[in-house]
Formats: sequence, structure tokens, C-alpha cells
Amino acid sequence: MGTKKTQKDSFESSLKRLESIVESLEGGKVSLDEAVGLYEEGIKLSRDCAERLKATELKIRRLAKSAGDDLEVTDVEEG
Amino acid sequence: MNETSKVLSVSDITRQIKQSLEQRFSRVWIQGEISNFKRHTSGHLYFTLKDEGAQLSATMWRSRVASLLFTPEDGMKVIARGSITVYPPRGNYQIDVEQLTPVGIGELQVAFDRLKRRLAAEGLFDESRKRPLPRFPERIGVITSETGAALQDIRTVLSRRFPSVEVVLIAVPVQGAGASDEIARALTEMNRYGNVHVIIVGRGGGSMEDLWAFNEEVVARAIAGSRIPVVSAVGHEIDFTIADFVADLRAPTPSAAAEMVVPDRTELLELIRNYEYTMRRNALQLIAENRERVQGLLSSYAFNRPKDILREFVQKLDDLVRVQAMTAHRLYERAHDTHLSLQKRLAGLSPQGILQRGYAIVRRGEAVITRAGLLKRQDETTIQFQDGSVKAKVQ
Repeated sequence: MGTKKTQKDSFESSLKRLESIVESLEGGKVSLDEAVGLYEEGIKLSRDCAERLKATELKIRRLAKSAGDDLEVTDVEEG
Repeated sequence: MNETSKVLSVSDITRQIKQSLEQRFSRVWIQGEISNFKRHTSGHLYFTLKDEGAQLSATMWRSRVASLLFTPEDGMKVIARGSITVYPPRGNYQIDVEQLTPVGIGELQVAFDRLKRRLAAEGLFDESRKRPLPRFPERIGVITSETGAALQDIRTVLSRRFPSVEVVLIAVPVQGAGASDEIARALTEMNRYGNVHVIIVGRGGGSMEDLWAFNEEVVARAIAGSRIPVVSAVGHEIDFTIADFVADLRAPTPSAAAEMVVPDRTELLELIRNYEYTMRRNALQLIAENRERVQGLLSSYAFNRPKDILREFVQKLDDLVRVQAMTAHRLYERAHDTHLSLQKRLAGLSPQGILQRGYAIVRRGEAVITRAGLLKRQDETTIQFQDGSVKAKVQ
């Protein structure tokens, strides 16, 4: 029961990947070619993660039973 | 004849009353005082619930007595949950009690302690059952009253700390009749929905009675049965409920629960900025190191060998040329010397030279006589000396 468009990687997995890239670069054991690739991926991930933190309005939705036994999620207007 | 004037049998009217009452009061909560309490040898309980104005017969079957957390006594104030049943042979109605909860701090405390001991013995509070919370939940299930302070507090904290999450709310009554059942059902439904990463269940502060729903076994079981980690957030710092012991994490208040389930956005942005900085610094450093290495190689012995070899060859060539020149010169001089000595020797060999050293040349006519045997007596000869010739006759 997806609520929106299929999720790309979760924020957590993106951040984890970013952390491992930072670690590899810090370890200094990667070749220059690898480092350039990692750096590009890392910057992209960090921008992506920061972007995802941009939302400033908390979304609240209500989960309730609809007709029958189905669960239905509806938006709650600001109270 | 209309409906009301129809004559019914006692059984008919009783059946209708039974049907009507049992349908209408199939699930009720009744508060009253216990009197005429009797425990039958069968294990069933019989008593009367009463207040100032009325009384109601009550029965509790043995199978349900087992779940009682306290010993009922006459004079004790209780809330009975059950259904109204009609017993036609006697023409009376009563409450069939499913659950009996004491009212009043003393009794509540006894019930609390008893359930706590029992569930602890079952292992429901074991540390090993506690699951870690997700670091970055994207959707948070909240089970609380829609109108209570808890939801407001949670909303405020999440909006400030990490507004990019989504809250999925199941609104439930958090106190009074049936609250515990609703809370337990909400937990089950949230799990069935499944699309949240952590659940906060709780309410704002209140009296021990107000918070009682969170001390009910049905809630404890629902929390224990949740696949999704549960954070309990009931009342204030000092309030401990059974739900708190079963939950994966106990938050002292609903606000604290919100703080605990999400990271701080500002800190996280700072962290990401730091990562970016670290990556850039390391990448630049790596490039600098590599540049240095390349330059090191360029000026290294190995890399410059070809030039050196060439230089060596040139030098060797020069040397060879020099050697050659020197050899040629020496050869010339030697030849020259040889020539001079030869000249000298040649000069020594010339007839004039010989004559000068005291030798003389004997000729007969033009022929040079080199042996004595070539001359006979009376031969006329000429003897040449260095300064001239004389005539001589052989004797």
C-alpha cells in the first residue's frame, strides 16, 4: 500500500552511503580515479540528503477504517 | 387490534426484553460498589454492584476470574466491563462481567503491581526484547487522543526538530471506558498498515485513574506484539505505566518521545555540511599528493635515466674522439721519430758517411771491389777516401 511515488533510496541508506564514502576518502587508500568517482557520488548524495531535509511543514495524516475493514489514510487539516 | 393491544405470553415478552436489552447493552462499563460478594466452589464469582440509587446483580465466570489483578471485596469501588444478560426463568437481568478494574489509588496500585509482576515473569519487559529505533524514520505512527495535549506537543516538537517526517495518526480515546481496547486495536491496525517506522503511543498527564488504560494488560500485549518499535509516552516524567515497561523505549513525556524518535534537522544539516567539507578536503589533498608524486617521479633518478644515459653516451663519444685524436697524434709522432731515426740510419749508410768513418771504396774501373779474391796482382785500382781518390797497383 504505497502512499506516494515509489521511494528512491531511503534517507537513511543515502546517508549511510555518504558516510562510507567519506570514510573511504578519509582512509586515503583509494586510487585517484576511484576518489574522483566517490567524490562526485558523495557530493550528489549530500546535496540530495540536504534537499530532503528542506521540507518545513510537518504533514499529519489520519489512519482510520474506511468501509469494511480497509484502512484509509486521509490528510488532517491544520487545527 | 393494533400492535400495543396484542396479548403476549410471559415467555414472549421476556424473549423480546432479552433480545432488546442484550442487543442494546452488549458492551457496557459500570461503576459501582461491590456488595454481597461470594466466591462459589465452582470458582465463579457472584456479587452485586450498587450505588445510592440502584443495584445490579453481577456474575463473573471462572475463566475470567483468572485474569483478575486484585481480590474483590465488599465495599470496594470497581468498574465492571461486560454485557447485560436476561435470565428468563427468574425474570431478572444481570451483568456478565468480563473485566473488573478497581477504582481508587490503593486498589489500582495493587492491580498495577500484580500485572507488572506477572508480565515481568513472562519476560515481556526483558531488555533483550527491546528493539532499537530507526535512526531516520520517515513516517511516524502516533496513537493518542486527537484533542489531547500529547498530539499538540508531538506536533510542535516534530515541526521544530524534523519537519520532513510524516505523522500517521490513529485517534483514540485515552481514558475512560474502553480506552484500553481502542489503544490496543490501534496498535494492531498501525501494524497492519505497516507503513510507519516507529510508533508513539501515549497521552498527556493526569491522575492514576486517567492514565489507567496504559496499565491494562490488553495494551501491554498489543505493544509486545507490535512488529514496529513502540515508544511509550504517558503522562509526566514521574508517571510509570505498564506500557512503559513493555515499550521498546519509554519517553518521560510526549514531547520527549518526539525528541527521541527524530534527529535534529539543524544538526543533521551540519553533519552533511561537514561530510561535504571532509570529502572536498580529502579529494583536494589526494590530488595534491598525486601531483607531488608525479613531480617526484619527473625529477626522480629512474625517470631521468634516459637523459643520463644519453649524456653518458655523449661523454663517452667525446672521450672516444679525444682518445682517437690523441692516439692519432701519438702515432704520427712515433712515425715521425721513426722517420728521423731511419733518416739518420740511412744517412749512416750512405757511402760518404762510411768514408768519413775511415772506410775506403776500392774500384777497378767502375766496378766496386767488395772481396779481396776479386783482385789479381798488377790490377790497377782506384781507392776512394773521403777527401779524394788515389791510384794503386795490387802487389
